[in-house]
Amino acid sequence: MIFAGKAHKVGDHIDTDAIIPARFLVTSDPFELGRKCFEGLEQGWVNRVKKGDILIGGKNFGCGSSREHAPLAILGAGIPVVIAHSFARIFYRNGFNMGLVLLEIGDYIDKIRDQDQLEVSPGTGEIRNLSTGQIINSLPVPEFMAEILAMGGLVNYVREKVS
Amino acid sequence: MAQTLAQKILQKHSLDEVGRAGQIVRCKTSMVLANDITAPLAVDSFRRMGAAKVFDREKVALVCDHFTPNKDIDSAEQVKKVREFAREMKIVHYYEGGSAGVEHALLPELGLVGPADVVVGADSHTCTYGGLGAFATGMGSTDIAAAMALGETWFKVPETIRVNMMGRLDKHTVSKDLILHIIGLIGVDGALYRALEFTGEVVDAMDVEARMTMANMAIEAGGKAGLFPADEMTVDYCRKAGFPDPGKVYPDDGATYFRQLSIDVTGMGPQIACPHLPDNVKPVDELDRVKVDQVVLGSCTNGRISDLRQAAEIIKGRKVSSNVRFIVLPATPRIYEQALEEGLLGIFIRAGAIVGPPTCGPCLGGHMGILASGERCLATTNRNFRGRMGSLESEVYLGSPLVAAATAVAGEIIHPAKV
Ligand code: SF4
Repeated sequence: MIFAGKAHKVGDHIDTDAIIPARFLVTSDPFELGRKCFEGLEQGWVNRVKKGDILIGGKNFGCGSSREHAPLAILGAGIPVVIAHSFARIFYRNGFNMGLVLLEIGDYIDKIRDQDQLEVSPGTGEIRNLSTGQIINSLPVPEFMAEILAMGGLVNYVREKVS
Repeated sequence: MAQTLAQKILQKHSLDEVGRAGQIVRCKTSMVLANDITAPLAVDSFRRMGAAKVFDREKVALVCDHFTPNKDIDSAEQVKKVREFAREMKIVHYYEGGSAGVEHALLPELGLVGPADVVVGADSHTCTYGGLGAFATGMGSTDIAAAMALGETWFKVPETIRVNMMGRLDKHTVSKDLILHIIGLIGVDGALYRALEFTGEVVDAMDVEARMTMANMAIEAGGKAGLFPADEMTVDYCRKAGFPDPGKVYPDDGATYFRQLSIDVTGMGPQIACPHLPDNVKPVDELDRVKVDQVVLGSCTNGRISDLRQAAEIIKGRKVSSNVRFIVLPATPRIYEQALEEGLLGIFIRAGAIVGPPTCGPCLGGHMGILASGERCLATTNRNFRGRMGSLESEVYLGSPLVAAATAVAGEIIHPAKV
């Protein structure tokens, strides 16, 4: 599977209150949450995003609360992939569990500019920056995560075990 | 192999041989927690997993504390969903209304968590129970749904940063100041994916509530857990709370640490985290007459009885500044009752404070004390992200209960010795 879209850059230490402020947590519907995605960063932020676009985070992306509403809001906004310097721990688990593809690339994050056109192959971890012609190889997905992904996410994994 | 606290506790609950950091291990869970925001999503995932019952109806705790008493129709619907699930599953530890308090103050008080437990919660401040010597960490709702169904979860064995504290705290410096200082030192991602382990003579002398305040904010340094050894004091505390057979737990000598820090606390003084990250920490004396519109005393960080006592001591016989709303939220019904009996609530009310019910409320910008644009708040809570307590143009400063009380009186952030 290959994802192609425009890069939208946000800064370091983007917290879950920036991704989806607590006052919107009165629903768990991804579409509803998606309409308020990044409302804690800038009002109406989500209007700049087209379906399939790719989010570029800095260090410690997704720090703060354990709210699964954060990856859901990003997915609900039409963003299937987040590439970051590094992810906060809980967000990292949640992302995979929800089916949001997360790639960690450390300092190579500086090789991606806002609005660059990207092509991402999570299987190989390859990120092609079509705007600059550069290729970045991300850290491979940890073995255990790959196992969960292969089962189609945590819900299916447990479904198999309890049945 | 000599083990850190994290390795030791995980081993107790795992059939896998717990070895070096980075290894993935499967562990049995001692308690699984969710709240009124995260439980509804966990219930959805639980259903989609096709699970018919929870693994143990005495080992799941559902606490409705964030938007309760329900602030609007949507939050009431969420709580209704949690309540119906709790009834259907016959969950013993369901808390709402007069039995509910801020989850991380409530569970230790009820003796539901204790030394060497593995606790997972759909709330990032689940790490609070590290103050009791439990390996406790936050996860998302779907991970929690899986733990509710299976009674187990997986962890990556974390590397550990050991923080050794020595010296003497002066009478206006408390554990909140220590943890703010440490977060300022290592940064909001300084312990990312890692466990913090607190030791030293300062820890030995620290009461259990103060330890929980520090463990609570491990997540603000990115930490997976903030662990204290369980000593005589912990065992006493847990036994009184009704936790069955609490035992002591210590790390092994010679365990491998990722990093070791030594901090001399002598002369440290009160610390403040300035907007908009918890690592933007300065000694209170370096702040230049920062005026505030609101002060909040409460939350899972500093809403316990010892916190209320410290604040009451300062505010007794004084008046809250006419420019300040001072909101006091005892974290649980029992703390509320205790504060009432000790006369603390009277002291707050006579000083001009608002005493509210046990709830998370303003801590997460939920309700009961939301900030307008341009407003500023000093809070004893744990997060000061932009917009955390209301408008994106508002500001939150974090400090201790003593600083909170002094600030409420002075109308500006001030050293407690100066009122
Ligand atoms: S008091 Fe604040 S930090 Fe603690 S559980 Fe409630 S919302 Fe979270």
